[in-house]
Amino acid sequence: MFAYIIRRLGYAIPILIGINLLTFYLFFVVNSPDDMARMHLGMKRVTPEAVENWKASHGYDKPLLINSEASNLDQLTDTIFFEKSLKLFVFDFGSSDDGRDISFDISQRMLPSLAIAVPSLIIGLLVNITFALLMAFFRGTYVDYTGVILCVVLMSISAMFYIIGGQYLLAKVFRLMPISGFDGGLDALKFIILPVVIGVVSGIGAGSRWYRTFFLEEAGKDYVRTARAKGLAESLVLFRHILRNALIPIVTGVVSLLPLLFMGSLLLESFFAVPGLGSYTIDGIQNQDFAIVRVMVFLGSVLYIIGLIMVDIAYTIVDPRIRLT
Amino acid sequence: MIKPVILWTDVLIFMLTAVVVMFIFYARSKPHIRAPWRRVFTGKVAAASVVVLLAFVLVGLLDSLHYRLPLAANGDSDEVHYAGEVLSALDTLVGPLRTQVEKTYSAPFATQLFAKETIEQSDGSKLRDYPRLIYGGRHLGDAVDGRPGDILQRSLLAMVETLLAATLMLLLMAYWLARRHQQPLGVTARNILRDRFTIPWRTILLMLSLLLLLLFLAINIAAAYHVLGTDKVGQDVFYLTLKSIRTGLVIGTLTTLIMLPFAIFMGIVAGYARGWIDDVVQYVYTTLNSIPGVLLIAAAILMLQVFIANHSDYFETTVERADIRLLFLCIILGITSWTGLCRLLRGESLKLREAEYIQAAVSFGVAHRKIISRHILPNVMHVVLITVVLDFSGLVLAEAVLSYVGVGVDPTMNSWGNMINGARLEMAREPVVWWSLLAAFLFMFILVLAANLFSDAVRDAFDPRTRDR
Repeated sequence: MFAYIIRRLGYAIPILIGINLLTFYLFFVVNSPDDMARMHLGMKRVTPEAVENWKASHGYDKPLLINSEASNLDQLTDTIFFEKSLKLFVFDFGSSDDGRDISFDISQRMLPSLAIAVPSLIIGLLVNITFALLMAFFRGTYVDYTGVILCVVLMSISAMFYIIGGQYLLAKVFRLMPISGFDGGLDALKFIILPVVIGVVSGIGAGSRWYRTFFLEEAGKDYVRTARAKGLAESLVLFRHILRNALIPIVTGVVSLLPLLFMGSLLLESFFAVPGLGSYTIDGIQNQDFAIVRVMVFLGSVLYIIGLIMVDIAYTIVDPRIRLT
Repeated sequence: MIKPVILWTDVLIFMLTAVVVMFIFYARSKPHIRAPWRRVFTGKVAAASVVVLLAFVLVGLLDSLHYRLPLAANGDSDEVHYAGEVLSALDTLVGPLRTQVEKTYSAPFATQLFAKETIEQSDGSKLRDYPRLIYGGRHLGDAVDGRPGDILQRSLLAMVETLLAATLMLLLMAYWLARRHQQPLGVTARNILRDRFTIPWRTILLMLSLLLLLLFLAINIAAAYHVLGTDKVGQDVFYLTLKSIRTGLVIGTLTTLIMLPFAIFMGIVAGYARGWIDDVVQYVYTTLNSIPGVLLIAAAILMLQVFIANHSDYFETTVERADIRLLFLCIILGITSWTGLCRLLRGESLKLREAEYIQAAVSFGVAHRKIISRHILPNVMHVVLITVVLDFSGLVLAEAVLSYVGVGVDPTMNSWGNMINGARLEMAREPVVWWSLLAAFLFMFILVLAANLFSDAVRDAFDPRTRDR
């Protein structure tokens, strides 16, 4: 087991290097730092000195790959590639284009993100499984049929409609909770409810329909027929046999998402003005802050890969039939 | 003379249309291809959603024929200058919808502006009131009270027109089916109305009639009123939503299709060749897949913005610039979404290469190239088809989100995302400006719903796992 995890971590390294090279290429080779500076300073009438100043103050005034002016090891380390890309591997994120320390910002914004993402995930999971079980229990009847149609309808509605509509209806018309914002401590609760509710509702359509297929797949298997043949009640078959086995793909699917919860939800956070990582990313994109976007790309990829490894481990825990080789 | 403008996406759209039409003609003579498609169309829901999708496609295609009008000649030089504005066939068809621009917001069917203004009256005194719209309900003059009656009258006219058109369509359909089935016309028409065919012609007819009703309502009423209101700069929202259809369709279709050859090739070769080729392909798609999609798109679009900002002289008109951005967005979205298909195809061809008929082909000494193109490719096409159709609706929805984040289509381009983005802050107004948002969401919802229902039918008909259920 331990050796397996080590080997899986080993596989992750070339992937991370690939991502690092790709982002480096995207951010520094496709457009030179000069272009970036001109973009930030305004397009046409920018003096070369202003461009040089901007580059110097943001650390972009170095050669890309090899610094021929420096000596020895500095030839490789005093470059943009080393300073901006390789340092990501040791989680040294540097500062954003407006001068703030990115690592500090991230550590500050992680908690609000989790405060929205974790409850949404747990409640969403429970709701979706309940609806899916209901549809699976009444499979082949009109309950199931209308349920599936309803799911397709729900999934065809844009996530932004749920957010804007929910915000308008619950917060503005009924005044049940604040429209947006965030607060520390227990006060956070009243700000969290609305995003969580909307997050859960917008996921019901796709989620329940997807889980329903897992349940139906299990329901068609031989052991289920055996269980029925020996006279078990349908509800018992559903809860004791089908639910438990169908939970394997559901749980492993959820496990792969866990690390990405840190990244937060882009839409929910920015609409509800939650100071999390999702809104941080969106702000970075909208302010064209390349440093932040670059760091978030890297961070997101690392978390995704951790998720992949966790899935493999989770499989061996929930499903004893799977052996690690 | 008008000057045709051929945009990159136009070329791709018409190529795609040509391929689809060619495929239909090809498939007509092949029973094994026809059979699953027939199964798709026997479902009433699927047939109805196809009609809706085709209506959207028609609008999109009309909106893809671009041209520029010549400016009035000045002096006696023979050189013709063209307007900077790029129009499409759709613009010409909807005529007044495009040109009837009010001052600012106005509610659907309104005759007055949304905001109060100081109006100077003829006797010189000033009055604060809602000013009259320039175009909305212009024919009523000052008799604004006649509006409900006028709208009712126009709706009734539309209904009568629809009834006539629907009857005509029934006759055409009956005539066509009667010739095919060698039956008398009357019997066929009755059979259509009683839904006696395997293909649900009655549902198709009903759906067409519904669309016709909407069309006639639009023709009769939209010419005189702003049926969905006007937006901040006074443009007709109904016109904007119609124009947005093309953007949605382009993103939904071109994205998958641009990367399709690549995904098919890589996936099949990886599964078939195995060994180091497989390792490389797996490495490439795992790496791309690891990067969160939105962030990769954001990074690429930011870079494109820098490029466009530095090379603004490459593009003759704003539409051409917006079009390049749209195409690039499709490519980037494609890069983030081809990995799923590639993985599926790799798995499928790994499985297929062990199949007996392929082992037989190998032992006969058939070249690998031929095995792949003759034996593997046709047998994984259902996976490709299902993925393309399933991806469509997700991509249409993604466009809105990307526009909100600021990395979607060009801000000058008509798209549902841009409409939502422009109108979402107006929900805070009192009274609420809801029509732009609702129009964009409604059109998007109809398109995505139809696409989802259609893709379910396609999956049920083509997926061997669900086919027998």
